[in-house]
Amino acid sequence: MAIVSRGFRGRRVADPRLPPGQYLERGFPVLSAGPTPRADLASWTFSITAQGTTRASWTWAELQALPAEDIVKDIHCVTKWTKLDSVWRGVSLDTLLDAVEIAPEEQFALAHCDGGYTTNVPLADLRGGQAWIAYGYDGAPLRPEHGGPARLLIPHLYFWKSAKWVRRIDLGTTDTQGFWEQLGYHAYGDPWKEQRYWGD
Amino acid sequence: MTEAPDEVADLVPDEVPHALPWRVATLVHRRQETPTAATLELDVPGWRGALAGQHVDVRLTAEDGYSAQRSYSLASPASMGLPVAGAGTPRIALTVQVVDDGEVSPYLTDDLGIGDQIELRGPIGSWFVWHATDPRPVQLVAGGSGLVPLMSIARTHAACGSSAPLRLLVSVRSPQDALYSEELDLLAPGVQVTRVWTRSGPPAWSGPVGRIDADLLRATCLPPDQSPRVYVCGPTAFVEAVADALVDLGHDPELIRTERFGPTGT
Ligand SMILES: Cc1cc2nc3c(=O)[nH]c(=O)nc-3n(C[C@H](O)[C@H](O)[C@H](O)COP(=O)(O)OP(=O)(O)OC[C@H]3O[C@@H](n4cnc5c(N)ncnc54)[C@H](O)[C@@H]3O)c2cc1C
Repeated sequence: MAIVSRGFRGRRVADPRLPPGQYLERGFPVLSAGPTPRADLASWTFSITAQGTTRASWTWAELQALPAEDIVKDIHCVTKWTKLDSVWRGVSLDTLLDAVEIAPEEQFALAHCDGGYTTNVPLADLRGGQAWIAYGYDGAPLRPEHGGPARLLIPHLYFWKSAKWVRRIDLGTTDTQGFWEQLGYHAYGDPWKEQRYWGD
Repeated sequence: MTEAPDEVADLVPDEVPHALPWRVATLVHRRQETPTAATLELDVPGWRGALAGQHVDVRLTAEDGYSAQRSYSLASPASMGLPVAGAGTPRIALTVQVVDDGEVSPYLTDDLGIGDQIELRGPIGSWFVWHATDPRPVQLVAGGSGLVPLMSIARTHAACGSSAPLRLLVSVRSPQDALYSEELDLLAPGVQVTRVWTRSGPPAWSGPVGRIDADLLRATCLPPDQSPRVYVCGPTAFVEAVADALVDLGHDPELIRTERFGPTGT
């Protein structure tokens, strides 16, 4: 039983779309560990690798040529804010993963980004219309501080899993912990179970 | 393309994942820092200590069970907490800047009374931290309440007598909004503190008033050729602008660590 803080009333926006411990935010806060990297679209590629080999790779133009979707999702940041109905544009990971051969035991993904950031996610969470490579936000190109030119979008997990500036997804047979996951944040990060930190 | 992995490993406080339980914290002292910011000293039985730069999650719960959580940086120095008279319940300090119409910050600065209790857990964030044993020069750049975790670093640096060169650049609206003014003036000789007023300076001030720009960063910060580790904390737009300008000046992006508090952008 939580202890009561005397006289605290709070704002009480009871919204069933708010996971536990989250509050409603209308802006779009930025969170990252370092400076915003600068990308050169002429040499930019996104690739899927596994066991040390490149299984598929797309240039910026090739990615743009793939079928894109408009995505409207709630996003939940581990720093407590939730933003409802955020509007994205991007390519489904299903489309990208369908282009490569994946061995049955390759069930774990580690996303690699410009700036050195990594994050891990089970392959199953990238499939089934749950994840995208997003390059548009709110009707405009995704701005660099929000992860442009392209970021992972996995809205059913805490937003640090939606890695900014993503360049590569590496598939493996074991779960390798990513950047924040090594630094005390939860390996999976389900906002509805409030899996913020180790042991949650 | 990979972050120096050894360094990340070094930063992991425990090999074995440990849970972060909620702990009950009792307000034992409040100091009004400015008309709109207060430092809260809290006794936290069971607190295990922290590195400089880390934060806690605070949870407030109302009579009927409604609760709200926010993050607040530790202002107190690493591990040691604040000095405790007598037998020691661990004590930590937070500095909270009121956000108008905020749900949590006005309660913490105005309503929480001495002896009242809140819950918190932590320490959280093993990246935006400074290790007291790190000999590398340190450059701190703070905007507004972003000074709080950087003050923890400066206090830790002082408490352990570190000989790492340290400079602090603080951007603040006006003297009446400035946190920790007297303490900053007393920081060890050799610690260079520069203040930049964004709205108005002190009465006799003849220097510039305005935002931090590249020229000012070049003039006041440790130069890139000394490879300082740079910590930038403040509102998002401030952190973006400063980190960008530092990279332009030749600072290695890998040595720049950032933390953003809001206000939020679009
Ligand atoms: C890692 C981390 C460390 C932090 N450390 C500190 C700290 O040491 N001291 C401290 O005072 N705060 C700190 N913050 C900010 C703090 O967590 C809260 O966001 C802040 O106190 C506002 O909460 P609130 O409930 O009062 O306002 P809310 O009810 O959450 O917000 C009310 C309105 O104000 C806007 N807003 C939110 N934050 C700010 C802001 N900082 N400035 C202006 N407008 C804002 C919101 O967008 C919203 O529209 C930290 C945040 C993070 C993520």
